[in-house]
Amino acid sequence: MNQAETLQLILFVTDDTPRSAEAIANVKQVQQLYRGQCEVTVIDILEHPELAEREKIFATPTLIKVQPPPLRRIVGDLSDHMQLLKSLDIGSGYLSSPASQPV
Amino acid sequence: MSGESAPIERVVKLPTGIQGFDFVTEGGLPRGRTTLVAGTAGSAKTIFAIQFLAEGILKYGERGVFVTFEETPDDLRRNMISFGWPIAQWEREGKWLFVDVSMHANSDEKVVGAYDFGGLIVRIEHAIRRVRAQRISLDSLGAIFSRMHQPDLVRSELLRIAAALKQMNVTAVLTAERTEEYGAISRNGVEEFVADNVIILRNVLDDEKRRRTIEVLKYRGTSHQKGEYPFTVTPDKGVVIIPLSAIELKQRSSDLRITSGNQALDVLCGGGFFRDSIVLVSGATGTGKTLLTTEFMAGGVNNGERCLLLAFEESREQLFRNAIGWGIDFDRMEADGKLRVHCAYPETASLEDHLITIKDLVSEFKPNRVAFDSLSALERVGTIKSFREFVIGVTSFIKHQEIAGLFTATTPTLTGGASVTEAHISTLTDSIILLRYVEMNGEMRRALTVLKMRGSMHNKDICEFTIDQQGMHIGRPFRNVIGILTGNPHISAPGEMERLDELFRTQ
Repeated sequence: MNQAETLQLILFVTDDTPRSAEAIANVKQVQQLYRGQCEVTVIDILEHPELAEREKIFATPTLIKVQPPPLRRIVGDLSDHMQLLKSLDIGSGYLSSPASQPV
Repeated sequence: MSGESAPIERVVKLPTGIQGFDFVTEGGLPRGRTTLVAGTAGSAKTIFAIQFLAEGILKYGERGVFVTFEETPDDLRRNMISFGWPIAQWEREGKWLFVDVSMHANSDEKVVGAYDFGGLIVRIEHAIRRVRAQRISLDSLGAIFSRMHQPDLVRSELLRIAAALKQMNVTAVLTAERTEEYGAISRNGVEEFVADNVIILRNVLDDEKRRRTIEVLKYRGTSHQKGEYPFTVTPDKGVVIIPLSAIELKQRSSDLRITSGNQALDVLCGGGFFRDSIVLVSGATGTGKTLLTTEFMAGGVNNGERCLLLAFEESREQLFRNAIGWGIDFDRMEADGKLRVHCAYPETASLEDHLITIKDLVSEFKPNRVAFDSLSALERVGTIKSFREFVIGVTSFIKHQEIAGLFTATTPTLTGGASVTEAHISTLTDSIILLRYVEMNGEMRRALTVLKMRGSMHNKDICEFTIDQQGMHIGRPFRNVIGILTGNPHISAPGEMERLDELFRTQ
């Protein structure tokens, strides 16, 4: 899989609250699913409020799918994985490739 | 402030700079606290929220943060230019910062699992720190409710925001929607959390006319004026509140006399009008009210006074032509800078707007005397209630300036009777002059009487007067006519009059 198809996610959280930890754990699981084809950046907006302003973050946690298009924003602790994958709108190729195929 | 250990925090007020508001709130908004400004759609909440920051920058050098939930910063920048608030420039100068939480900013967010408003709070705190803001406005809370669909969560998060604002010691205005003018404070019950202070903006349709009022409903731990105060939104000032019943009667009363512009009338009044008095001239159409007004102006100019004529019935050309017809040259007086004639059709503005225009004119021209011809023409512009407030506002303003004011009122019937104007103004006036038609022996004649002259003796006769190219000529009293003022004159027998005269004649 080439660079363009790498899944790029940015997760905005506040501090080390339980809710932030939950969201981070859930994103890590998605990352696991895509084995090396998923980059996740976690941003604590308390440390980088200017990034929160730039991305107009309203609620936290907020997950932004930067690549591949279309851009998606998902609010919440991402606890429902099915819902999360659906909302990420990654496309059928992605959905079928990692999880369902035997290694 | 952390260093203080006082158990009860004293409420200090922050002057907003919004005209009239600091009077109604007895000093402004509680400093370092959050005030809810609630109103229906179109009640000028957003303008109020913007103006709170704008006045801070313009008048007090205080910087502001505007958190917008509904309109985009671009829309607001554009819309507020007309009020003379250059928001974009202030942003460049670091005096104003937007926190854009408008719907456009992130339109198709999906929700998966639990969340809070941490992002918003961090951004608000960041913005306040960045410009070192003393003032913040959040407009409007209703938009968050319609966006997040979890009222309980929104409420508890708003509570967090309010707490954060308090900790940062900024003075905050939060706007919220109401569904009806007289009902629940706000749609979503947000006042429970920011309920220290609540202000209501109303925009009531009354008798087919819009009437804006502001009311301080709640000011925890501090005093304020009670009740509804009318306000208006003008293009160059934004929200202007008219504190009517709060006007104090503290003006000095002078016993200096000034001429009415008519010597015979001066005599009837016991030596002219008082310098800082309100005179009401009442009469049917054509009885000579405009003439009396014109002479009042000319009398002032001839004594070197500055005179302001506010005309609501006749055009400039008509007024000037009338004056020439009575031997008075308004053109020359205006050229000399002693006279200012301001004509306006009553319907061109609301009563509140008229009042502001009048105050501006008086403050700018600084006249020694002002005449209104006619006050009753303004009756039809507003409701009876707002007209009464207008009259109170105008008369008390004029009294405050310690200048003379002459108002004319047109009576509804030719032969007399009280007008609405009279009913509202008569107790506020120091003098009342009545002009009446008198039908006698098959012809119409004119009568004048001084009905009231506060603080002075005056002649109680009902005198006949005539009008010619030199103006008004007051003649002899109607000796043997009774019922003139009631509009039903009849002649009492001369024999009887003479007999009575004889009886009381002192040799």
